[in-house]
Amino acid sequence: MNPILSIILKRLLIGFVTLWIVTIIIFAAIELLPGDIATEMLGQAATEESLAAFREKFDLNRPVHERYFSWLGGAITGDFGISLANQRPISELIGYRVGNTFFLAGYAAAIAVPIAVVSGMLAALYNGSVFDRVLSSSTLAAISFPEFFIAYILILIFSVGLGWFPSLANVDVEMGLGERLYRTFLPAMTLTLIVLAYMMRMTRAAILNLLALPYIEMAHLKGIKRWRVIAVHALPNALAPIINVIALNLAYLIVGVVLVEVVFVYPGLGQILVDAVSNRDVTVVQAACLIFAATYILLNLLADILSIIANPRLLHPR
Amino acid sequence: MHNLSHHLKDAPVSAWIGILIVIFYAVLALGAPFFAPFAESASVGKQYMPWASPHYLGTDALGRDVLSRLIYGARNTVGIALVTTALAFTLGATFGLLAATIGGWFDAISSRVVDVLMAIPPLIFALLILTITGTSVIALILVIAILDSTRVFRLSRAVAQGILTMDYIEVARMRGEGMFWLIRKEVLPNAAAPLIAEFGLRFCFVFLFISALSFLGLGIQPPTADWGGMVRESAKLISFANFATFQTATFGLAPLLPAGAIALLTIGVNLVVDWVLHMSSGLKE
Repeated sequence: MNPILSIILKRLLIGFVTLWIVTIIIFAAIELLPGDIATEMLGQAATEESLAAFREKFDLNRPVHERYFSWLGGAITGDFGISLANQRPISELIGYRVGNTFFLAGYAAAIAVPIAVVSGMLAALYNGSVFDRVLSSSTLAAISFPEFFIAYILILIFSVGLGWFPSLANVDVEMGLGERLYRTFLPAMTLTLIVLAYMMRMTRAAILNLLALPYIEMAHLKGIKRWRVIAVHALPNALAPIINVIALNLAYLIVGVVLVEVVFVYPGLGQILVDAVSNRDVTVVQAACLIFAATYILLNLLADILSIIANPRLLHPR
Repeated sequence: MHNLSHHLKDAPVSAWIGILIVIFYAVLALGAPFFAPFAESASVGKQYMPWASPHYLGTDALGRDVLSRLIYGARNTVGIALVTTALAFTLGATFGLLAATIGGWFDAISSRVVDVLMAIPPLIFALLILTITGTSVIALILVIAILDSTRVFRLSRAVAQGILTMDYIEVARMRGEGMFWLIRKEVLPNAAAPLIAEFGLRFCFVFLFISALSFLGLGIQPPTADWGGMVRESAKLISFANFATFQTATFGLAPLLPAGAIALLTIGVNLVVDWVLHMSSGLKE
């Protein structure tokens, strides 16, 4: 078999086994709740009949493994059961929010990725310049500042001070794309600033590693033009690490979204997750955690596979 | 000791700034009751008083002195983050060193468990567990310590594996030294520098993580003063800010003060960590 195909298949297998174990962990959460869920939710004063009705409604009478498989089957088809707190179908509660969350993360990525890759490359090419040093110190700020610090600074300047953008990102379904982009600009900027420095730093490091290799020096010594060395010799090999950097940061964005959504009161999945945790609405928490964790794992898997595919050495085995 | 003072003298400006920031916070945290003009959670004035003596940073929604709460916040937030990091370190380093030294099935099983734990984003995992346990300080410390120990495990295992291939380990083994002697006398001293730097980085991560959870209302619970929680409580004020006068502009600063306190300490620790890493890599040359 083609070696690259077998490597990819192995990665896929590991990825899906991990995902499967994670679904078990998330499902097990409800089993680990101390005491009986029905009495916990309805209180000590609940009658025998209402407890029985509750158990019937949430399907608590069947054995654990049966419930796990029906939960998993439902989750794959987008049906996450009903909320413990208000007994409404979860898919109804989170349906449009999932879209909103991915929209915000995608928006931030669309701004951050091109800037990060281009400026990371420039920093590598002009290694040691003022631009490069500014970049290094801004990374320190990015790792040190909590998300909400950046968010409130942006609000104070662009919303309170200048009045250019709204401080609350309340979007609804009927809103047009332009209006939506305008209202979610500040949360998208916050997310961008959080991942930008990391991405630039990682891109820079990937290219610097490459430029130090003997074959690049060889190309220079042959008298090839500088841009050609970079475009033809360096870039194909740099592609794998850069793609990896992008996918890893997208995975990070998906999680970073939780805090930013809360700051800007954005109707996304992160906000409902936080609400559900404080209400101890376990079924909703499970659904949201599953979506976040699955996206995160799949993006990491994608990063692995893309960097295998983009690796010229693996593509042209001798 | 002589060695340390020697290094301190050569430390770059950035490291000195970092050390001063860390010392400043440590003094504030230890001497909180001494420095704070008012009690941690006592209502001492009207709500939302302006920035003027005796309440230099005003009062919050419940009439508590903001300056005092910031100072007590240093003690609570930093204290809990330190305990959590120490626990994560004990756990992660013990298992990491054991996994590297014992190898075999122990290594295989603990590495797989860590792989799975690291596959889930920490914030999501923490939220899942906090739903079950409810929000208490003990639960918070345990959850974050366990999640964070996975990173320490990876690092200490890798570092120990590198050391265990050395000839002096082989000599010690042939001499018939036991596993714990090997870890204590050979592995730990050689792994100290990267582990100390990692401690700083993990502390920053834990500290930001706890602040984030408190900001979400799921971390340290009121009335305990804590910076993440203070950001949350004063966040609404920012929309009343305007830059026309000093007193109305301070509304905008209300959530930024505790958030800035978090950012400044993290910067300080990172500066020190950079220096330690630089020093330890320089010593190896």
